[in-house]
Amino acid sequence: MPFRIARALTVAGLLAVVAALVPLGMMAASARAATPADMAVIAWQIDELSTLDPAEVYEFAGAEIVANVYDRLVYYDIDAPDTIHGGIAERWDISEDGRTFTFHIREGITFHSGNPVTAHDVAWSLQRVVRLNKGPAYILGEFGLTAETVDEQVRAVDDRTLVFETDRRYAPSFVLNCLGSWVSSVLDSKTVMAHAEGDDLGNGWLKTQVAGSGPFTLGVWRPSEMVVLDRFEDYWRGAPAMKRVALRHVPVSASQRLMLEKGDADIARNLSPDDLTALAETADVGLRSVPQGAIYYLGLNQKNPILAKPEVREALKWLIDYDGIERAILQGTKVQHQSFLPAGFLGAIDDRPYTLDLDKARALLAEAGLPDGFAVTMDVRNTYPTVEISQAIQAIWAQAGIVLEIIPGDNRQTLTKYRARQHDIYIGRWAPDFLDPHANAAGFAWNPDNGEDSPHRLLAWRNAWDIPEMTARTEAALAEPDVETRGAMYEALQRDHQATSPFVLMFQDIAVVAERAGVTGFEVGPNFDVVYYRNIVKDGGEDR
Amino acid sequence: MTDGAVPRVRRLALGAGRLLITVAVTVLGLLVVTFLIGRVVPVDPALNLVGDRATEAAYQAARTQLGLDQPLWQQFLAYLGRALQGDFGTSVLTGRPVLEDVARVFPATLELATLATVLGVILGVPAGVVAAARQGTWIDQVIRVIGLVGYSVPVFWLGLMGLLVFYARLEWVAGPGRIDIFYEGLVPPVTGVILLDAALAGDGTVFRNALDHIILPAAILGYYSLAYISRMTRSLMLDQLRQEYIVTARVKGLSERAVVWRHALGNAAVPLVTVIALSYATLLEGSVLTEIVFSWPGLGSYITTSLLNADMTAVLGGTVVVGAVFIGLNMLSDALYRVLDPRARP
Repeated sequence: MPFRIARALTVAGLLAVVAALVPLGMMAASARAATPADMAVIAWQIDELSTLDPAEVYEFAGAEIVANVYDRLVYYDIDAPDTIHGGIAERWDISEDGRTFTFHIREGITFHSGNPVTAHDVAWSLQRVVRLNKGPAYILGEFGLTAETVDEQVRAVDDRTLVFETDRRYAPSFVLNCLGSWVSSVLDSKTVMAHAEGDDLGNGWLKTQVAGSGPFTLGVWRPSEMVVLDRFEDYWRGAPAMKRVALRHVPVSASQRLMLEKGDADIARNLSPDDLTALAETADVGLRSVPQGAIYYLGLNQKNPILAKPEVREALKWLIDYDGIERAILQGTKVQHQSFLPAGFLGAIDDRPYTLDLDKARALLAEAGLPDGFAVTMDVRNTYPTVEISQAIQAIWAQAGIVLEIIPGDNRQTLTKYRARQHDIYIGRWAPDFLDPHANAAGFAWNPDNGEDSPHRLLAWRNAWDIPEMTARTEAALAEPDVETRGAMYEALQRDHQATSPFVLMFQDIAVVAERAGVTGFEVGPNFDVVYYRNIVKDGGEDR
Repeated sequence: MTDGAVPRVRRLALGAGRLLITVAVTVLGLLVVTFLIGRVVPVDPALNLVGDRATEAAYQAARTQLGLDQPLWQQFLAYLGRALQGDFGTSVLTGRPVLEDVARVFPATLELATLATVLGVILGVPAGVVAAARQGTWIDQVIRVIGLVGYSVPVFWLGLMGLLVFYARLEWVAGPGRIDIFYEGLVPPVTGVILLDAALAGDGTVFRNALDHIILPAAILGYYSLAYISRMTRSLMLDQLRQEYIVTARVKGLSERAVVWRHALGNAAVPLVTVIALSYATLLEGSVLTEIVFSWPGLGSYITTSLLNADMTAVLGGTVVVGAVFIGLNMLSDALYRVLDPRARP
């Protein structure tokens, strides 16, 4: 029958195509090679990377790349955040009144372009941050630097000497910590200005290019795909062992894990708890936990009359199942922390007075005149783990009669509402920008102007928490020259804050880095701008 | 026939004019709707630009720079004017011109979608025809189950399973990404489609590596496309096989093969072209989930990432490209109608 033939032909055709695909795949497979010994591949989520200009960068991947292609005057010590090392500056002197810092620039450092690094480049770079006045400019703005005064306050006396003046006395540790942050990166002023357009000070060009003196130069950057850094052979601290370091955008944790297991990635950065658990049993992969500065908290808007009652604020602190959330939801990615300075910071304390205690909370609510609870909303960014944490909170609060409505939104939506002070409760993550206690004290315990038009819109302001007395204490700690006294002031501040603030402080971030066996020297600090690639080494003995 | 030539030219000109107007209205509508959605979404692009802790002055400067301080209609007119000149603005997220971004990501999607559609058509059409011709038999059941599975299993899951089996366990294919990172930049990017660029450069190693990477995502998208195409082919064919002309053909003593493959399929081909074109267009939009699982830097991931970061300039630019692709494919399938359907021929 002819139809039989047609059917047989079709089936044969289908089989032939399928049969052709398999050997094609296998043939291709045979041509595969492992990552080269002098190249480190990092699987990471880098789709928020939007600019490489140090004066503008404000997210993880950007700050990390900047940390590896630029140098700074001084560096924090990853292992001891209250110690500062020289970078571009060999040494520095501080005047009697504590307002003038004189930096002596190291001899013989060159930019990638071959231009020598001078005090003029440093001054220009810092002035540029203030002039451009992009997001991170506020870090230098702390010292009263404005576009009008910056030329006076930051100036090169000669090629080797830089003078930095602050508007008043600050703790020297604070000044140096800010000058050790990514925003204070030293740029090759001649190269950048050759690409400037109008009065953009090279910002347009620097979004996608780099002009620094750091251990790496920028090879390729394809947005949401990858960034490849090439080593700078003439780096003043010695050329890195890796010829190239590639950051590959791999959005899915499971894909990152597979790539790591197969050796297509050497390091993975965004593994989910499930994948981490599975990898913990693999001999080929090592896991490392690094405490991070980010704090997870609830912000209770004091414009809401119920949340403004001190008893309610305290009750909510007793209504968090800290242990349960840490165990069931966070699974090693975060740890409990109930004070506003993250572990590892100067002045950090590990007091954790609150636990889940329904009776205590009920009594406090009754005291507040709300024995039957109340209804309230919470704006929740729709990502792990904020959604999960908020749901756990919702369940517990229901037992105390509090009806919590969760309003999900993406990061920008919730943040826009938060900044406009239109929320009831906001579940947030606050990451300090530099390794100084003031980075967090300014956020959680400082609100110089609670008015709607306040220029200072940090966390206390966003929650309409009017605290003149605590603001004064935060400012006093900021000016304290003695490091030990300064630490003690923050300790006391945190204990009072813990008891009275409208912030339910809950957890601190832990970064888990997964590395293939044989990969060493990847330095991860507690902040996003202290992650260094230059000492990464791959043991060549791997047989893949 | 000089008399007939004039009306024919006029008819063609009229047709072309009508087409142009349709295209223009569609594109304008597209621009208006996306622009409005972009402004209604409760996210603040200026905040996005300067970050969470910027001073009020920096924030206001960013608003002015983005033109957000102007009335809505002025913002739209400015946008429209620039778009007509081929300037879709600069992406907030990548800091590059949107057109340049789209030119970079679209070839990745094109490569994947084309390969997947080819697989889907080669396997899906015959499968659908056979299933219809042998309706109710075991082979029909098998093809329907295969189609149903492809249609209902989430592509995301299928992709992860594919990676787990063919990449991690069997090691038949390469992992996520378009190409191994150390092969990057070895062939000059002429078209942006790596397979084509490698073939043009005559670089077999890069070609094999790219093939190694594309085969799994293309097979998975191809399966999805196959499922849709085979189901549609089957139902279109069943329709045709019930027609009287089929009975006539059989009575005339034509072979079953000729009846099914020439007459029935010939008539089903016209609507089938639309089905295939639509399925292709859907894949060209960028299959977000597949692209994410396979770290495939295509249009779908680009638009999604931009949207999640409130980068409306990029979303608008991407949407216009998607719209243009749809319009283009529609015109193409219209042209194919004329070839396939004798009644549509002038």
